[in-house]
Amino acid sequence: MLQLAGKRLIQMAMIMLTVSILLFLSFEADIGNLATKILGQYSTTDQRLLWLEKNGYNEPLVYRYLQWAWNALRGDFGESLQFATPVSKLLKDHLLNTAILGGLVFGITVSISLVLGVLSGIAEGSPRDRTITIVAVVTTSIPEFASATILVAIFVFWLEWLPGTSPFTDGLTWADANQLVLPVMVLVIYNFGYYTRMTRASMAEVMTSQYVRTAILKGLPYKRVIMRHALRNALIAPFTVMILQLNYLLSGVIVTEVFFSYKGFGKLLYQAATFNDSYVIEACAMVAVFIAVFSQFVSDIGYTLLNPRIRLS
Amino acid sequence: MTDTTAEETGTPEARSAGAKFLKAFALLSESRIGMIGLAIVVFWVSMAIIVDILPLQDPLAQTRGAVNMAMMSEDKTGVMHWMGTDSKGRDILSRLLHGSRIVLFWSTIATVVAYSLGMLMGVTAGYRGGWWDEIISYIGNVLLAFPQIVLLLVILSAFGPTSTFGLWLKSTLGLDKTIVSGGLIVVAITFSTAPQVARIVRGIVLDLKTRDYIAAAEVRGERPLRIMLVELLPNARGPLIVDACLRLGYVIITIALLGFLSLGLPPPDPDWGKMISEGREWGYFGLNMMLWPALAISSLVLGLNLLADGLREISLRD
Repeated sequence: MLQLAGKRLIQMAMIMLTVSILLFLSFEADIGNLATKILGQYSTTDQRLLWLEKNGYNEPLVYRYLQWAWNALRGDFGESLQFATPVSKLLKDHLLNTAILGGLVFGITVSISLVLGVLSGIAEGSPRDRTITIVAVVTTSIPEFASATILVAIFVFWLEWLPGTSPFTDGLTWADANQLVLPVMVLVIYNFGYYTRMTRASMAEVMTSQYVRTAILKGLPYKRVIMRHALRNALIAPFTVMILQLNYLLSGVIVTEVFFSYKGFGKLLYQAATFNDSYVIEACAMVAVFIAVFSQFVSDIGYTLLNPRIRLS
Repeated sequence: MTDTTAEETGTPEARSAGAKFLKAFALLSESRIGMIGLAIVVFWVSMAIIVDILPLQDPLAQTRGAVNMAMMSEDKTGVMHWMGTDSKGRDILSRLLHGSRIVLFWSTIATVVAYSLGMLMGVTAGYRGGWWDEIISYIGNVLLAFPQIVLLLVILSAFGPTSTFGLWLKSTLGLDKTIVSGGLIVVAITFSTAPQVARIVRGIVLDLKTRDYIAAAEVRGERPLRIMLVELLPNARGPLIVDACLRLGYVIITIALLGFLSLGLPPPDPDWGKMISEGREWGYFGLNMMLWPALAISSLVLGLNLLADGLREISLRD
């Protein structure tokens, strides 16, 4: 077990290392371009050379990479070109906002999809199962920006129930909590289908297993068979998949944040990408990759811990 | 031409190809959702093909004084705009149908490129094993560690159409801006999609590798490349066809998404994602302009997903 965790941690570190080198090379290898970006199109060549000299860009690439990586490890990602604020400060505020949105969405999505998945998995092929499956296919076919458009048309312009943007200009307060409804709804609608289908497949498989048949045949109440025998085994696979899916959830969060002007991690990354704010892009990408790799680690370890067949062998 | 003549002369191969197609269609027709999906996909594909001969307005023509019109309204010159006009006075119906061609064209190219590379990577990793597998899987793991949109944003901001590299492509090589943008989008999507395809193909190949016909081919002394391309890949096609349908749907979403984030194809060509983001700037007045492309893209992706479901259903039945 410890050996597995250690091996996974080393793999994680290797991937982070490779990603950091790739990011550094894509954004900072071309220093002439960097100087132009910072000093503006109309700066003279002398100014650019002076700036490069002063900020240590004439050092060898390897040295600069090590310096950048060391600073990044200590949480110093440089200063944003666009906002002239330290990147770490920007990241901290925006990540917190995204964590709130993402956490809400994850919680709601998982609860809905577990209930629906189990309901359709225990009665494979029934009308209820088919209805849930079709609803899941339809909702996963509507990309976030399309469903956001449709929901805005309904709830903002037609019914006039909800605000159409979520800028939270006064900070996150309860009074403005209705601004969160649409972003959460959009993300839940897009994501619950996949989770539901995973749970359904796993539940359907468990229901055909020998031990569930034995439990039913020996006369246990149906509810008890489901709750104690089937469910616990059926949830192992969806659990790991749901954690792995955090990666995809994050992609969706970025789109939704841009659509609703929600000041989160995704909005920050998008603004940085359109402005070509190199340091912010580097930092955001590193954080995103860390989240993805770490969730993969948790899912691997979790699967081993949850599955007695692997744990005890 | 080849199809009909071959069938008339009755070469066994050609007959079996035609028969196979008919059989596949007959099988699919047993799955109702598969047929619904196929109908939607066929509708959009045929729209993309015949859009030029339909009696539509010019998708780029701007009508003065006919801005942000509601659906089913006539402008002063008496031209009917069935879906209204956008913020620049262009006919939405026409832009929507012309957009289907752009979306389907670029997404098909991106899917084919990503799929070819992914299959090659996957079959090599699975069949060769050893270092090949280690290296290919590692590259895949690094690329898959990025959330997809983060990877696209990184690639397109470092090497996109407005970067030094993109400007170099445009100015030095003199390439058209649509081709540069489209090409870079295809490359970015390949980076994010090919590893996923490779992973699936590798899994299938690891299983197929142990079959007797592969051992037979090896004993016959066939070269590894031939075994991979002729023996392994065609036998892996069942699950791959289903996956390709789903994948095409994701690529369509991705391309429209890039358009929505203004990182996609350059204006003024109609691109569904771009149309949504243009409408978003207008709030209530842009609603009509956003809803149609949102419905269009949802229906196309839904069609592909239903088709994939139908195909999976019949492939499980066999």
